[in-house]
Amino acid sequence: MTLADLRKRQGIEAPEADDGHGGDHGHPSAFEYARIGVILAIITAAEIALYYIDMSRNLLIVTLIVLSAIKFLFVVLWFMHLKFDNRLFSTMFAGGFVLALALFVIVFSTLGGKLV
Amino acid sequence: MAHAETGQLETSTGIDNRKLFMWLFLASECLFFGSLIAAYLLYRGQHDVPCLGGDLSACVFPTDRTINGVEYEGIFDIPFTSVSAFVLLMSSVSMVLALAAIQRGNIRAMRIWLFTTALLGALFVGGQAFEFTEFYREGLDLDTNLFGSTFFVLTGFHGAHVTVGVLVLLSMLVWSGRGKVQQKDSLNIELVGLYWHFVDVVWIVIFTLIYLIQP
Repeated sequence: MTLADLRKRQGIEAPEADDGHGGDHGHPSAFEYARIGVILAIITAAEIALYYIDMSRNLLIVTLIVLSAIKFLFVVLWFMHLKFDNRLFSTMFAGGFVLALALFVIVFSTLGGKLV
Repeated sequence: MAHAETGQLETSTGIDNRKLFMWLFLASECLFFGSLIAAYLLYRGQHDVPCLGGDLSACVFPTDRTINGVEYEGIFDIPFTSVSAFVLLMSSVSMVLALAAIQRGNIRAMRIWLFTTALLGALFVGGQAFEFTEFYREGLDLDTNLFGSTFFVLTGFHGAHVTVGVLVLLSMLVWSGRGKVQQKDSLNIELVGLYWHFVDVVWIVIFTLIYLIQP
């Protein structure tokens, strides 16, 4: 018996077919994607420029991590559509990411070593 | 009765199972690459050990070092790797444009952007292969020192992921050429796109932590 048959028998209405986009198809246009691409390219150029600038190491590390995080978020939220999709996907991805961070914490707190 | 447009059976979440699975897979990949990156960072700075013990053949470092008054030139070529990083980033843009095209029903544009993505991905893999070859010629391989082991395993696995992605993209192109990829099949392109963007995101992290941030 399929789920559809079971629902029919129990008189339950099936949920709206969802391609995961949460019913709201307000996706960015091709122009917006291209604009985000330009922003990503500028951030990458900035990161490389910072590498060659003589600055405090701590400031360099913080700036590079912040810039990378911005790029990460742009790709994950816009290109991977997490911003527009069903929240279940965000939960899954965030779950994996949080577990990876937890792994970092455990490894570096138990085995020592410097993160950066 | 609602049916998923892709012809899949109804699901309890109303979401296509394939998309659910892809996100679950990507979550597991976070852990996979997280562990490899953690291993590299954990052993960073301990690369000097074989060299200080007198084994000069193990004196290969990511960036310039001075040990016991002797200067050693680092092997990372930041300008070259920066171009590589830029190429992969742009491939993410072309991938999302391919998805946007097929969602609009423009198959021709989708093919062009898919081809562009595959080309840029192949360029990136070629760059990695060149970089690995150069490192090997300068004396760094898997068992030279801790740097060699952790670096090649991390970037090697990433390169393998990109290679698989390129092969999948080329397969989608061939399928499209046979008329088997239409607007109603946009989910397939989206799934490939999710994998591709993830691979790009991993490189964003690797490029910053391994190449740009040095001890």
